[in-house]
Amino acid sequence: MAKLHVSTTINGEPMEFLCEPHESMLDLLRGVLGLTGSKEGCGSGDCGACSITLDDRLVCSCLMLAAEAEGKSIATIEGMAQGERLHPLQQKFLEMAALQCGICTPGVLIAAKSLLERNPDPTESEVRYWLAGNLCRCTGYDKIVRAVLETAAEMRESA
Amino acid sequence: MTDIRYLAPRTLEEAVGAFAAAAGAARILAGGTDLLVQMRAGSARPGMIIDIKQISEMTSIEETADGGFRIGAAVSGAVMAEHPRFGQVWPGVLEAVNLIGSTQVQGRASAGGNLCNGSPAGDSVPAMIAAGAVVTIQGPNGRRQIPVEAVPAGPGRTTLTPGEILVSFTLPPRPKGSGDAYLRMIPRTEMDIAVVGVGVSLTLENGTVTAARVGLGAVAPTVLLVAGAANALIGSKLDDAAVEAAAAACRAACRPIDDKRGTIVYRIKVAGVLLKRATAIAADRAGKV
Repeated sequence: MAKLHVSTTINGEPMEFLCEPHESMLDLLRGVLGLTGSKEGCGSGDCGACSITLDDRLVCSCLMLAAEAEGKSIATIEGMAQGERLHPLQQKFLEMAALQCGICTPGVLIAAKSLLERNPDPTESEVRYWLAGNLCRCTGYDKIVRAVLETAAEMRESA
Repeated sequence: MTDIRYLAPRTLEEAVGAFAAAAGAARILAGGTDLLVQMRAGSARPGMIIDIKQISEMTSIEETADGGFRIGAAVSGAVMAEHPRFGQVWPGVLEAVNLIGSTQVQGRASAGGNLCNGSPAGDSVPAMIAAGAVVTIQGPNGRRQIPVEAVPAGPGRTTLTPGEILVSFTLPPRPKGSGDAYLRMIPRTEMDIAVVGVGVSLTLENGTVTAARVGLGAVAPTVLLVAGAANALIGSKLDDAAVEAAAAACRAACRPIDDKRGTIVYRIKVAGVLLKRATAIAADRAGKV
């Protein structure tokens, strides 16, 4: 069976690729496009390490077919910093050491960015519910939640 | 999986044609949060995947002329939550849909997929049954409409015939004084599969219940409409005796399994408890309309 030709946008750049009909977006990103920032933790939508946005909607790239990217706009962790300038969440995660092994971090950052774009002033509960699909096996949740809340506060001040 | 095909038809007719022609080898792709997991696990090996999200009827929410709602089968939970009025009119249905999985899963998972996946524990199903939702199905022989409770046939099975595709849910207009609620029991606080789920929808007039429906999940091979529980509530002022009678009807309807999440005895007991709590929430919401 011939591969499918897909035209999409990834991190603001027009992109074309060929994919197998059953290939997941995560496998395509990592294996074909070399965008290895999105991680595979579980491959079944439980852990959130592969989080991306699809037309600004937070999704697990392991639960999406690459073929579904046709005509859509995808954002991955590779597009979060502007060149050398880190996104405020990335900067705050470094400052507050909101990561340990780092495997969950790209997914957490993508998810947290998606939250703050919708809700610039979340409560701690709202952060915890929003990030409930991002598992950290180092169990560093407290620092993650604090860093998201701190970033939100700083972004509101500078807005 | 080398000979698998992917189609994203623009029209329902095209989707039904391809689905029927594949004669059982095809699977419908809505949000994919069940299908892709099943494919990865090897429990689903479709020869063709038909992505229905390019079909506008499948992905839109409309308010009908009579004040009801029509929800496309592939509308995600996140899109339902963002609708300006749906959650005000049907808070119980919305909270049931939004209980399914994480934020990421909500971005994709649909009520249509939840129903067609055929799980006895699907969270949206008892709430849809309580709401009196009707599904529109299209197949090689045209369109038909059946109530949600007529769709599940057993674990992982539906009554849809070969080539038929679930198109949308239609929820009826809401009389003044109506409210609905969905509650489920899970062993942890979030992100788990229901041990018991109860949906209640009712209408109050001067404190008396004039209409009620009860859906009960995760305690039988399919999600159930419990007419006996509704009948116990209708005509009452939700006094303790009436609510206890409704709870007893729910317990009597249970045919659960023992598994790692809950025993038979526990599930039956909790079914009655959740009926009482969901009824109280639905009544409170009805009083505020």
